[in-house]
Amino acid sequence: MKSVKLVDLAKTIRSKNAGTDRITFDIIFRKKDNYELVKKSGVLTKETVAKLYNISESRIVDFVEFDPAFAIKFTINRLVPSGSFGEGDIFGCQQYPPLLDIEVPVEE
Amino acid sequence: MRKETLRIHCSNGHLGFAPTKEESFWIGAKTKPDYYCCDSGSDDIGPVPLGADKCASHHEWQKHDLELMLIAARKQGVPMIIGSAGDTGTNSRVDMYVDFIRDIARRHKMKKFTLAYFYSEVDKEYLRKKMKAGEIVEGLDGRSDLTFEELDKTDRIVAVAGVHPFIKALEMGADVVIGGRSSDACVFAAPAIYQGFPENIAYYCGKVLECASFCAEPYGAKETVIGTITRNDVKVTAMHPAQRCTVASVAGHAMYERTNPYYEYVAGGMLDMKECVYEQYDEKTCRITGAKFIPVKGKIKVKVEGSGKVGERYLGMAGIRDPYTIKHIDEVIRWARDQVEERFSGKEYKLSYRIFGKNGVMGDLEPVKETKSHELMVIVEGVAPTKEVAEEVAMIGMRQIFYARLPEVKGTAGTAAFVLDEVVEVSPAYQWTMNHTVAVDDSMELFQVYTTEIGE
Repeated sequence: MKSVKLVDLAKTIRSKNAGTDRITFDIIFRKKDNYELVKKSGVLTKETVAKLYNISESRIVDFVEFDPAFAIKFTINRLVPSGSFGEGDIFGCQQYPPLLDIEVPVEE
Repeated sequence: MRKETLRIHCSNGHLGFAPTKEESFWIGAKTKPDYYCCDSGSDDIGPVPLGADKCASHHEWQKHDLELMLIAARKQGVPMIIGSAGDTGTNSRVDMYVDFIRDIARRHKMKKFTLAYFYSEVDKEYLRKKMKAGEIVEGLDGRSDLTFEELDKTDRIVAVAGVHPFIKALEMGADVVIGGRSSDACVFAAPAIYQGFPENIAYYCGKVLECASFCAEPYGAKETVIGTITRNDVKVTAMHPAQRCTVASVAGHAMYERTNPYYEYVAGGMLDMKECVYEQYDEKTCRITGAKFIPVKGKIKVKVEGSGKVGERYLGMAGIRDPYTIKHIDEVIRWARDQVEERFSGKEYKLSYRIFGKNGVMGDLEPVKETKSHELMVIVEGVAPTKEVAEEVAMIGMRQIFYARLPEVKGTAGTAAFVLDEVVEVSPAYQWTMNHTVAVDDSMELFQVYTTEIGE
C-alpha cells in the first residue's frame, strides 16, 4: 500500500508546554478528509505515539480527537518540570519533529 | 445603563515579552473598544524569573506596550486592565508596572485617573498553617499533594487570580488595573462579568482573546484582535489587514498550551467548551456560541505556583568536529564526568551535559539513535551551593572534554573546540516546586487590592 508522510497531510504539527509539568502536541489538518484519513488509519494513537517516543503509555495523560479544529491532540507528562536543571527545551516547543515522518497509508 | 454589547481590545498575548505591533493596535483602537486588556505573564518562561523575582521580558518592551495601551485608553476614557504584571505577577513586578504607568502618565501630562493594583504573592507560612491544620494543598497535573519538604524548598509563591480581584478593582472605580499573577482568561472575563454579561460568554471571551492574534491566521504574533460579546455570543475579529479569525484558527487556538481543548479551569469554576459552535461571521470574524461556565461546588480552589532555588549555575560550551570523538562521545562525557567526580566526590554538585547534534533538544524522547552530525555542541551545566564550586564543576566538566583520553584519537592537541575558554555565570538554577491548588473560604483571601491616584 502507498503511504504519505504526516507532514504532507497536516497543516500544523506542534508541541508546547501545557503548564509546568506537561507538553502537549497538536496535529491540525486543513480539511476534514485528511483529518479523517489519519484518524481512521490507526497510525496516530496512544500506542503508536508511546512507541515512537519510547515512553510508557501511562505518560500520555490525554489523547483527544478534536473535530471542530480537525485536530488530534495528545499530552505527555514531563519527568521533571520545565526549566529544571539539565533542561533542553524550556518551552517544550521542539518535541514534535518525530511526528513529521509518520507514514500514513493511503488508497492507491 | 446596561450594555447590550461589549468590545474588548487585546494587543498582545504576553505583554512585553515581544513588542506589540502598532499598526493593528491602532486599527483596533480606532474602533473605540470598551476595554483594553492584556495579560503579561506565563509559566512558559521556566522557574527562574519567579524564583529570582525578576522579569523574562525587556523593560523597554513592557513600557512600550503599556504606553500604547495607556495612551489609547486614557484618550478614550475607558479602562485598561493588565494581569500577571512583569511575567511572574510577583509583588515587586506589580509595583514596577505601577511605576511604569506613573512615568508614562507624567511624560504625557495625563489628567488624573485612578489606578488599582493587587498583589498575588502567598506567604509560605500561610500554606504551612493550612497544612498543619490538616488541609490538603492539592497537586495539579499528576503532582502529588504538597509536602512540607517541597514547601521548604520553595522561595516564592504566587496565587493565580480569577476574576475576583479585577472585579473588585473595577468596583473601586479603577481606570487602570495592574494585577498580580492571574489566569489570562480572567483578565478579559472580569470586565464582562462586571458589566453584567453571563459567565458563559465572559469566560469564553477571555479564553479566546488571551493570546491576541494567536487565534487568527495566517500565523503572526503580537497583533491585535477584538472580542465583541452580546448576551448570546462571542465574536472575535482580527485587526491586522492580512489576518482573519476563522473557524479553523479559533477552534485551533482552543487547544493551544492546554492538555485538553474542551476544559479550562480557573479560580471559581471550569469553562466547558465541549458544545462550542464556531461559525464564520464575516471575512475577519469568527462567531462562537455554546460554551458553558460551571461554577465550582464548595470552596473555591486557587492555583498556586512556586519556585525554589537549586543552586548557583555556570554554563560551558564545547564543540566537537573529530569524527572518531563524535563516535565515542558517550565515553568522552563519561571521562569528563569522572574527572569532576574525582575532584568533588562527596560534595554537593550537579553536572549536566546536553549534546546538540545527538539528542540535545529531546533527550530521552529522541527516537533518532544514530548520530549523523559531522559536528556536535556540548552544553555543560554545573550547579552547586556556591558560585565557586558551580564554576569549577562547569569548568572541569567542559575542559576535560578537551583532554578526553580515547585510545585511537588522532588529534592529540585537544579534542574540543571552544567558543570561549571560560564558563559563564548564568541565573541560578531554580525548580518549579509548586503547581498546586489551595482551597479558600473567601475568593479575595489571597489578593489585596489597593488604589492610587495618578496624573495631574
